[in-house]
Amino acid sequence: MSKRKILIVDDEPNIVMSLEYAFKKFDFEVFIARDGSEAMEILMRHIPDVVLLDIMMPNVDGYQTLKFIREKVELSATKVVFLTAKNKASDIEKGLKMGADKYLIKPFSVKKIVSEITTLL
Amino acid sequence: MSNFTLSVLILIYLAVLFYIAFIADRNSKSKWVNNPFVYTLSLAVYCSAWTYYGSIGVAANSGISFLPIYLGPVIAAPLWIVILRKIIRISKQHNISSIADFISLRYGNDRFLGALVAIICVVGTVPYISLQLKAISDTFKIITESSSVSQVGAFGDSTFYIALLLALFATFFGTQTTDASAKHKGLIATVAFESFLKLLFFVIIGVYVTFYLFDGSVDLHQKITSTEDISALVGFNHTEEVFGWLYMISLSFMAIFLLPRMFQVSVVENVREKHLKQSIWLFPLYLLLFNLFVIFIAWAGKITFGDTVNPEYYTLFLPLHHGNLLMALIVFFGGLSAVISMVVVSTLALSTMVSNNIVIPYGFLDVFSKAQPEMNAVYIKRIRRIAVFSIIILAYLFYAHFLIKLSLYSIGLISFVIIAQLSPSFFIGLFWNRGASKAAKIGMVLGFLITVYTLILPFSLQAVTGSSSFVEDGPWGLFLLKPHSLFGIDFLSPPAHAFFWSLLVNTVSYLVFSITSKGNYRERNYAEMFVDSKNYNSLQDNALVWKGEAFVSDIKNVLVRFLGTERTERALRLFFTKYDLPENIQMADARLINFSEKLLTGSIGNASAKILISGVVKEEEISLVEVLKILEESKETISRNKLLKDKSMQLTQLTDQLKSVNSELIAKDHQKDEFLDTVAHEIKTPITGIRAATELLLDDLEEMPSELKNQFLRNILSDADRMSRLINNLLDFEKLSKGREELNLAKNSLRKTINAALVSVSQVAQNKNIQILDTNRSDYEFYYDEDRIIQVLTNLFSNAIKFCHPENGIISIDYRYDEGYIFVEVKDNGKGIPPDDLNFIFDKFYQSKNQNTIKPLGSGLGLAISKQIILQHKGTIWARNAAKNGVVVGFKLPFD
Repeated sequence: MSKRKILIVDDEPNIVMSLEYAFKKFDFEVFIARDGSEAMEILMRHIPDVVLLDIMMPNVDGYQTLKFIREKVELSATKVVFLTAKNKASDIEKGLKMGADKYLIKPFSVKKIVSEITTLL
Repeated sequence: MSNFTLSVLILIYLAVLFYIAFIADRNSKSKWVNNPFVYTLSLAVYCSAWTYYGSIGVAANSGISFLPIYLGPVIAAPLWIVILRKIIRISKQHNISSIADFISLRYGNDRFLGALVAIICVVGTVPYISLQLKAISDTFKIITESSSVSQVGAFGDSTFYIALLLALFATFFGTQTTDASAKHKGLIATVAFESFLKLLFFVIIGVYVTFYLFDGSVDLHQKITSTEDISALVGFNHTEEVFGWLYMISLSFMAIFLLPRMFQVSVVENVREKHLKQSIWLFPLYLLLFNLFVIFIAWAGKITFGDTVNPEYYTLFLPLHHGNLLMALIVFFGGLSAVISMVVVSTLALSTMVSNNIVIPYGFLDVFSKAQPEMNAVYIKRIRRIAVFSIIILAYLFYAHFLIKLSLYSIGLISFVIIAQLSPSFFIGLFWNRGASKAAKIGMVLGFLITVYTLILPFSLQAVTGSSSFVEDGPWGLFLLKPHSLFGIDFLSPPAHAFFWSLLVNTVSYLVFSITSKGNYRERNYAEMFVDSKNYNSLQDNALVWKGEAFVSDIKNVLVRFLGTERTERALRLFFTKYDLPENIQMADARLINFSEKLLTGSIGNASAKILISGVVKEEEISLVEVLKILEESKETISRNKLLKDKSMQLTQLTDQLKSVNSELIAKDHQKDEFLDTVAHEIKTPITGIRAATELLLDDLEEMPSELKNQFLRNILSDADRMSRLINNLLDFEKLSKGREELNLAKNSLRKTINAALVSVSQVAQNKNIQILDTNRSDYEFYYDEDRIIQVLTNLFSNAIKFCHPENGIISIDYRYDEGYIFVEVKDNGKGIPPDDLNFIFDKFYQSKNQNTIKPLGSGLGLAISKQIILQHKGTIWARNAAKNGVVVGFKLPFD
């Protein structure tokens, strides 16, 4: 069985660095994008199993990226998990309604994130 | 000059007048027709041939006694603003077309009173018109040098034809519409034109006589003193003269309001109320110019002719005597102008009165109610036209049989005294609401009878029989009843004497009977409207109290008879719209009754209008007390309505204000929410970083490579820094925007401040290989908070560094002084800002979507804080895209 592929999309390098370290440790193949447009490129090239997606990003934000993923047949198997500081009930509802498989909130416990993703797959 | 030539000249002149009237009628809206000068010149119809020729006669015989007849109007002019304006307002509102209508309406549409006023006006004016004809005839003869009276009946007399031409003129331009209260702009234009001509020509002859024939006024004065007893000509000699002056001044004061032709031009033909303002000084000026040369011409005549010719025509004889026919002709046409305007306006005014106040209400109402509607208009016009011709023919007959031997001046005075009988009911009635119709009638009749007895009768007897025994001995030898000195008052001239007694009796009876009579409600109703006209103007159609039953269709039928279907429909539509009534309403109310009466008044006079309308309605009697109560109530209702309207306006305004405040608050609230969200997000981000890195370090303390460990620790440090920076900025921004931060103003050098700001960013710029252009070496010292301005500059520099070209970054700074301000600008060479965003970059937490992929280090508050700092310095800050590429962010600070 090949390595599970995860794409982390976030514009905060410090946060990305921690997540990358954690998922690599749990044997994920990790891809990193700093915003939506970078993410789309990687998505189509590598077809990751799961995307960890921030919402508030410059240029193309998380919502747009999610919409992109859900429109592509190639990405039909890709799970999408929002990881964001937006924690209002209305935001969560919006995210899930748009087709996210999970909605996780910043700040987070790295262990918990890894276990959530693992269960999801 | 032959009869024929002069007649042709006269015809040409009349043709010119026809043309002017025609053009003015065509352009009735033009500024040339509607201005205060035309209005003033039309008022100068006051100066008839009596002025033009008669004044000189008086001046020759009794010196400056010709003056008081002009002093009355001069004294009256300032009062126009009060009295005449009131009269004009009332007349316009009620479509009043003559003084008879005005007085009869004031006393409750009194038919008899209207007729009485009309008769007095006719009796007072016809001789006056005759006088004008006599002037034409006399001057015509002087010019054609046919000094002998050689006429063969009326048809051999050129005066008769001139009179007929004038009647034709008045008919043509005065009776085109059935509504006599409509303006006759063409006619008024000719009057103004003639007034201008007569003044011009009179001044020309004055200058000619005084300065050409003689050597100026001083020369004339010397010559006259050597031949005449000058003192008789320039001063007051007897009590009689003092009283004479007083009498003349008061007489002419009244005449300017009451003469039918004056009422016509000053009230009926008034286009705009504001024209009054200029005319109160323009009209006296006109009179002054007119009288400037009178005394000199009189002296010149006296010196030249002695008593051999009629001094009234010195202006003609003098140029003729010196062989100057052209000058004499000019004078003749000036006089002709005076005559034409006076005759035309007077006959027009009289014909309106005769038709609307005598013929129609007393004879034609039945005919009108039976005739076809189209025919009524024809009848009305025909009545007026016949009236015009009758009046002129009457005047001609009067002239032909009585006037040949009398002077212009004495007839004029008799006319004035007769007309003056209207003054008590007119003037007092305007300001005293108790003035009653019965009293007005009694006063007028008695005053008129006394005038007849003291003035007209002796005058006529003398003219007819040639005997003066009636005057000298009194009737049946009764000394106390001698017509020129009733009850022994013998120190007044006959006209002054008649004026004194007639007006005394007239006024006293008016007052006494007004106080004793009760009057009916309608009379009282109109009295209130006239006296308190300001208040009742606002009541408009509500001002007439009326109770009863009436069908709209009946009233409409009456209106159609006189106005035609189209005008009636239009008027009623306007009425219904104005009062917001349904068009199919069946029962008429007081307002419609009043409105309809007003509509008809212009065509058939107010008395007839009232009779016609009351013919189709069932009116209930109302008591006087009830009338006053209802009027009081409607006045209150109106003022209450106004109050309510004002209040409701205020409330609407308040609601609007509340609404806008509310939406402002909502917007503020929304902004606050957004702000909190953003702040939360901005704080959570570094916390997330710190939390994650710390967790990893704790869990993997042993196995993690030390290099990575160090990296995570550095991350924690930078996130902590970021957080503290954010919090400091937040607090800073809060303090600044709430105005809680005091500026530390001191005199600083801008050059040094810029240097200090550059120091803090130069390291970053160098790292990024960015070139900083800072070439301006000039320096400005002024007051500002240096730390804060360094903060602003640092912000601008950091932004410029962030956004400038990634490889060949260039930043430039420049500054200058302009119009009291120091301008500082920082420019980068980056991509620029989308134009839509330029307005928002100074908002807190605005972060451009176009920033470079690496998230800039800012808190999103830098520019917002800078803006607050600049605002506190009373400066402004702005951003624009540079012409080529990049952004210019600049600010200005007050230099003083």
